[in-house]
Order: sequence, then structure tokens, then C-alpha cells
Amino acid sequence: MSDHEYTPKSNFGKWFNDRLPLLTLANHLTDYPTPKNLNYWWTFGGILTFCLITQIVTGLVLAMHYIAHADMAFDSVEHIMRDVNYGWLIRYIHANGASMFFLAVYIHIFRSLFYGSYKAPREIIWIIGIIIYLLMMAAAFMGYVLPWGQMSFWGATVITNLFSAIPFVGEGIVTWLWGGYSVDNPTLTRFFTLHYLIPFLILGLVVLHIWALHVPGNNNPVGIDVKKPSKDTVPFHPYIVIKDGFALLMFMIVFAFFVFYSPNILGHADNYIEADPLVTPAHIVPEWYLLPFYAILRSVPDKLLGVVAMLSAIFILAALPWLDTSKIRSAVFRPLYRQFYWILVADVLILGYVGAMPAEGLYLLIARVATAYYFLHFLVVLPLLGYKEKTLPIPLSITEPVLGGSPNLATAKNDERLNK
Amino acid sequence: MSEKKTNRRDFLFTATYAVGAVGVGAVVWPMIDQMNPDASVKALASTEVDVSSLNPGKTITVLWRGKPVFIRRRTQEEIAEAKSVKLEDLKDPQKDEDRAKDPEWLVMLGVCTHLGCVPLDQKGDYNGWFCPCHGSHYDTSGRIRKGPAPTNMEIPKYEFVNANTIKIG
Repeated sequence: MSDHEYTPKSNFGKWFNDRLPLLTLANHLTDYPTPKNLNYWWTFGGILTFCLITQIVTGLVLAMHYIAHADMAFDSVEHIMRDVNYGWLIRYIHANGASMFFLAVYIHIFRSLFYGSYKAPREIIWIIGIIIYLLMMAAAFMGYVLPWGQMSFWGATVITNLFSAIPFVGEGIVTWLWGGYSVDNPTLTRFFTLHYLIPFLILGLVVLHIWALHVPGNNNPVGIDVKKPSKDTVPFHPYIVIKDGFALLMFMIVFAFFVFYSPNILGHADNYIEADPLVTPAHIVPEWYLLPFYAILRSVPDKLLGVVAMLSAIFILAALPWLDTSKIRSAVFRPLYRQFYWILVADVLILGYVGAMPAEGLYLLIARVATAYYFLHFLVVLPLLGYKEKTLPIPLSITEPVLGGSPNLATAKNDERLNK
Repeated sequence: MSEKKTNRRDFLFTATYAVGAVGVGAVVWPMIDQMNPDASVKALASTEVDVSSLNPGKTITVLWRGKPVFIRRRTQEEIAEAKSVKLEDLKDPQKDEDRAKDPEWLVMLGVCTHLGCVPLDQKGDYNGWFCPCHGSHYDTSGRIRKGPAPTNMEIPKYEFVNANTIKIG
């Protein structure tokens, strides 16, 4: 939070701010000291806020035309596409918006992994982020069910059946989730309700996420603590606002490309066939952003253990601040971690690829190796690296490496810091 | 502070928490239970099917509780094949007699026990059913033979009301 006291200039401002300090909050947000070396990977927080608002606004509009009933849902979506003024545009923005949201969140997460943004004192920001990510997956899954196409129906069937793997109570839980003996109208109406609710839960968590961020302030590419405010920081407005705005424009170009030139490329043709409980599509695949976890699920031959592995793959992220034992945040100064980081990126991409392929033969083998490596990275590599890795000297400030100070001096200072 | 002095108050606190917990539970339970199958869903719990037109070697699929039920009139070869399987070879050992009361008629839920897809008729390595989702093979008795499914396809409660009609549920 800002260190200095803020007093509004006008008398009305003073009067209002004494009663509700909104102007103090606004002043904090504009003056908020930000490390001056933030690169474009840091712009995805703002981009994600844009994605959330876009989904809420387009979703709100779609809900005015959509009918959550098993007999009418599919037709009402076609009605939106054909009859509603600009319905096609709004629905394509919403559907592709989900993909863009995940694209941005994956970049945001991997930014944190590279620069060690999850480490002390930012563990709570990280954990709130993981909860947001989980809610995003739930919202995306339930949203995908709403058009009541073949993929909607069978995706819902397969995913809800995952709970049947729980010993003893599994079947009861699945019946409870369905509100019947199969995915049907009661399932659709509750999914619609929850799909409507979750974005607002996410919005609340985003406020907490940013609040928690503003306590220690931003991490930065060098990964050192910066004095605030100082020569190492710039005020959020206008410096970061302009940079975020520019990045957002670039992002919107990509977004618009999908919406206007290939709105269905990220979806499945099967979902334009109305749900039929008697016929399963030949090849059931989740949306691209869930594929790595789907690959982990299928790589384990046992039903229960497969579900356990898939959930562990997500929840292990919450433990990351304690699994990574290195005191150095940024991978810039961690030559070994940097290599393992890129192996992990490749590993997740490979998992995503095999998740889209049939689970047999070579694909299954690759999925198993990649799954094993995923857990190895978090449970073995990261804890050991903290002790084994010879890290590079870190600068004392962001300004120091640019404005002078001999490397020897920097090394000496660094050792001094590490010995503290 | 001696323990005796706090005893009476402790009791009141504990009693208050206990009553509070029961009250919260009583309010929360209806909120949870409303998601279970409602009376109208339960009312559709049985279906009668006319099978008079079904010839040997044919399957019909009917919807029961929103799920497909396969009714197959099996050929003599299929019955012989199902009966000849040794129980040791089965992942979920079950005799064919226990699955088809009348060997000519196999009535089972057409739902793969892996993740709930509908298997395809007359496909797979065992002349029975094959699930396209994750590759489970079932034999002519609907028993799991190969693939990730843990158990045989389920046999629902059913009975012959008369020679031509099966009541499921």
C-alpha cells in the first residue's frame, strides 16, 4: 500500500473521501510503484482482466436468448446464431473468448514459473491464482455443456463419471451431480446456474489476487526485492497502463483473428449435432486447454488412480512455493532451473498433443513417460535443485547492472546477501 | 483462573455450538438433497418393451432412465461362445447364466463401465461390444475382456411380463 498520505484537492473530494476513501484507493492504484524493468510477459494480468470482463458481458447477453432446457437448448443456440441480431458475433466472442482466456492464463502461469513469482512473500497470490484457474476449468467445462450438442453431452457424461471412481460413495455422488440416472435436463439447468455464478466468484478472487499483489508489490524479471518507491520503480500510471494497453491491443488482434476468420477451429464439429443419449461420438476429446490433464488421466490404466493422478497434477501446483527450495526467484540467475523449465514447457505441450490422440500404442507410451516426468519435475527436480544448483550472482538493484558497479563488486555484494 | 470457574460457561458454549451445528445441518441438508433425483425422475423408473418383432442375432436399444438398454436376442453360437469362456479368463468373473436368465435374451445397460460411453454392437475382438471412447472390448455376454473398463456391463432389474414384453426396472 502507498506509504504517503493522500489528500484530495477539492473540498467535495475531501468531504467524500473522509466518509468513503475511494479516492485514496484510486490514488494508490495510479501511483502504485511498479518495477521499471517489467517485460511484456507481465502484461497478461491486465489481459486476463479484459478476458474475464469480456466473458461476463457476452455471457450476460447470451443468457438473454439462451434457454436452459434439454429440449430447447440446442435450438436456442442455433436461434442465437441465425436470428438474434449480432448473435453469431456475441456467441463466437464468448466461445473463442474461453480459449483466449486459457491461452492468456497459461502464459501468465508459465511467467510465474520462470521468474519464481510464486515464492515468498507471494505464496497467497499464487494459491488464489490456482483457485481461480480451477474455477476457470469448472466454468469452461459447464459452459461447453450448455449448447447441448453431442460433445457437450458426452463430455459431461465422461467428466461427471470421473467421480464414480471414488470408492463406495462414487455412484451416489454421480447420481447427485446429475439429478437423475444419466446426464439430462436437471444436469443442464444446474450447470447453467453454476456457469453463471462462477465468473462472479472469479471476479471476487481477482480482487483478492490484486490486493495480495499490492502488499509486497510486483515481482520482476531480475527477481529481487526492490525498494518502493525508488529509482527502481515507476508509477503504475501512465507507464504500466500504456504498456498493458499496447499488449492488450496486440492480444485483441489474435482474438479477433479467431472470431472473424476461424471461429470454429478450436471447437469440435460433433457439437453441431444435437445431443443423443443413444450414440457416442467416435472420438471424445475435451477442449484444447484441458488436454494435458486428459492425457494424464488416460495414461494411468486404473480408473481411480487415473483420476487421482489428474487431480494431483493440478493440486501439486498449489504446493509449488514449498516444493521449490531455491532462494533465488528468477530463472535468469538459475542456469540449471532454466533448462528444466523449458523441458517442463515441452513436457506439457507433448501431454497436450497426446491428449488429443487416441490412447493406444506409441501415443500411450509417450503419455506415460510425459506424465511421469511432470511429477518428477515438481516432486524431485525442484526440491533438489535448491540445494545442488550453483546460481549466478544477483544484482543489488535493478539499476545497478545498467548504471555501473563492477561485476566483482556485484559478486561480493551478492555473497554478502546470500550469507545473511 | 481455576478450571471450576470456567466449567459452567464451557458447558454453555459447547451446548450452543452443538445446537448451532444441528441447526446449520438441518438447513444445509435440503439445499444438498434438492440436487438428488426428484419425484418426476424417479416416477419414470420402469419401462415396458415389446420384443415380439426381434429376431435372433438382432439388438434393440431402448431408453431407460435416460440410459440406453441393449436387448439382444442371441444366436445359438453366441450363447455357446459365452458359456464356453473360462471364469479365470475374465477380469470381472461372472457366469453367463447369472447374466442372462433366459440364455436367448441378454438385457443389459448399454453403458461402458469405464466413463459411461455407449459401446458399439457386434464390434471388437470378442464378437460382442466395443467402446469407441477408450477401447474397452466386451464379449457376447457383455463381460469386459480387454481395455480400461473395470467391470462387466450392468444387468438392470427386468422381467418378462408375458412372452412378448420385457419390463425393465
